[in-house]
Amino acid sequence: MSDPKKIHIEDVYKVYDGRAVLDNVDLCVSAGEFCALVGPSGCGKSTLLRLILGQEQPSRGSVLIEGQAAGFPDPRRGIVFQRYSLYPHLTVLDNVLLGRRLAQPWSWLPWSKPRPDDRDEAMDLLERVRLGDAAAKFPHELSGGMQQRVAIAQALIMKPPVLLMDEPFGALDPDTREDLQVFLLELWERERLTMFFVTHDLEEACFLGTRLLVLSQYYTDARGADAPRGGKIVADYRLSPTGTATAVKRRDEFKNFIHELRETGFDPAIRRHVKDFDLEHPDSFQTLTAEEYRRDGEKSAGNP
Amino acid sequence: MPTPKFWGLNARPSTWLRYTLAALPFLLAVLAYAVASDLRHADNPDDKLLPGLGQMIDAVKQVALVPDKRTGQVVLWHDTLASLTRLGEGVGLALVLALLSGLNIGLFPGLSALFSGFLVVVSMIPPLAILPILFISLGVDEAAKVALIFIGTYPVLTRDITLAVRAIPTEQIVKSATLGASATALVYRIVLPQILPRALESLRLVLGGAWLFLISAEAIAATEGLGYRIFLVRRYLAMDTIIPYVAWITLLGFLFDYLLRFCNRRLFRWYGDKA
Repeated sequence: MSDPKKIHIEDVYKVYDGRAVLDNVDLCVSAGEFCALVGPSGCGKSTLLRLILGQEQPSRGSVLIEGQAAGFPDPRRGIVFQRYSLYPHLTVLDNVLLGRRLAQPWSWLPWSKPRPDDRDEAMDLLERVRLGDAAAKFPHELSGGMQQRVAIAQALIMKPPVLLMDEPFGALDPDTREDLQVFLLELWERERLTMFFVTHDLEEACFLGTRLLVLSQYYTDARGADAPRGGKIVADYRLSPTGTATAVKRRDEFKNFIHELRETGFDPAIRRHVKDFDLEHPDSFQTLTAEEYRRDGEKSAGNP
Repeated sequence: MPTPKFWGLNARPSTWLRYTLAALPFLLAVLAYAVASDLRHADNPDDKLLPGLGQMIDAVKQVALVPDKRTGQVVLWHDTLASLTRLGEGVGLALVLALLSGLNIGLFPGLSALFSGFLVVVSMIPPLAILPILFISLGVDEAAKVALIFIGTYPVLTRDITLAVRAIPTEQIVKSATLGASATALVYRIVLPQILPRALESLRLVLGGAWLFLISAEAIAATEGLGYRIFLVRRYLAMDTIIPYVAWITLLGFLFDYLLRFCNRRLFRWYGDKA
């Protein structure tokens, strides 16, 4: 490939104790995309994120980051978790600087000092997340929202090809949450980051994303009604940028869209066939196996 | 409704009351001893079992201020130095090795699979039971005593440090890999500084045991040391020396505990504030 996609996932299965969590997932993400991944609980969205992160390995299939196998966690992707992203024994500045200091040989020696350039860059990043004043503080002295902003700055200093976020605003109160959503959008627009953002909040996903992925275990295929199914991407929309004005969340079409999503992806009673998924995003693709592909009505050769 | 000063769950003792209450058990213990000592001396002025304060001060002067006629050394300081050297060597070695092994066992699943089970079994061996083995194999010199203190503290410290390492969230470890940390950097740059305060806390807890092992070893075979002295003068029923020695050991133990707590608060501000 001359221009490898940032993330390329093909035919990926993840099985725990014989139970499929991810079931033949295909996904391709282009540079600069803000991907928001939503889905009902138990659909495997965190598992999918951990596969991209390298924290877990797929049972089958391939996960590529910029054309290279994902392997184990490394600087090719940044991560912001819901909690525990910061190191409690380091000041805010040192937390942000950590990635740069670790790149120096013998960095683990306690007296290894940061290079002045790195220090300036870290301070600059802290200014951009509006925490320049808090540089000397320890993480426990910050509020939850401030901690997450530091965690974002900490990941950004590595300039990762892909920035992964696992419900980063899940533990915050609604006001702080909205603040950080706007902040993240501004940051994304300025830095042209490739984002992969996992959330259980549909509204948040629709507000932030330029691409909305719905992962769900509620669908049908030719494997029989009761066959255990893992999560699949059942919908893949291209969203028009909402801008950073949160007023859009109150508009009717925004609400209707969310309502529709809730039915197609989240309601166990409404199941679509694998051939009828809303995969309208240009990057979207689907490789179905023969037993998935047959319509329920058609004569099935039985499960192998 | 007035807040009670002392009784009940809702009591809020005032500052001066808290200090008074804290001092009270000490005063009562000293008072009880003084009364018992007086009663015995009323019966028999030469009583040695419960010496009075004057007798003890005389004995302390003898060991703490006057050099020994034969060796020219002041006995109390000589004993203290000998005991603290053994304690420091044994506990220091245990702490350093426990940090190294605890970090690696806690972080690397392979090493954990290899050593965890062994460590649990080894920590169940009563150290005093193998004291004869130590004396036989290492001789009755310093090595056996230091080894006993080491064996008594190392497994507990290692297990506690391993637990502390495992309690570090996986998120932190994964994140450090995305920030480019090598395994070495992760161990010594990210995990070690985080568990150091916890290691000092476990050290405070094992110090009590360390004193026990020190005094046991000294009681059995030594030529100087606090434990040696206590068991030596026991033959002459010299309670006037034994009691001050015990008080001195207690004071030393208290000082070390306080010092470690002070270090923890000073060096690891983030740790104290968080708890």
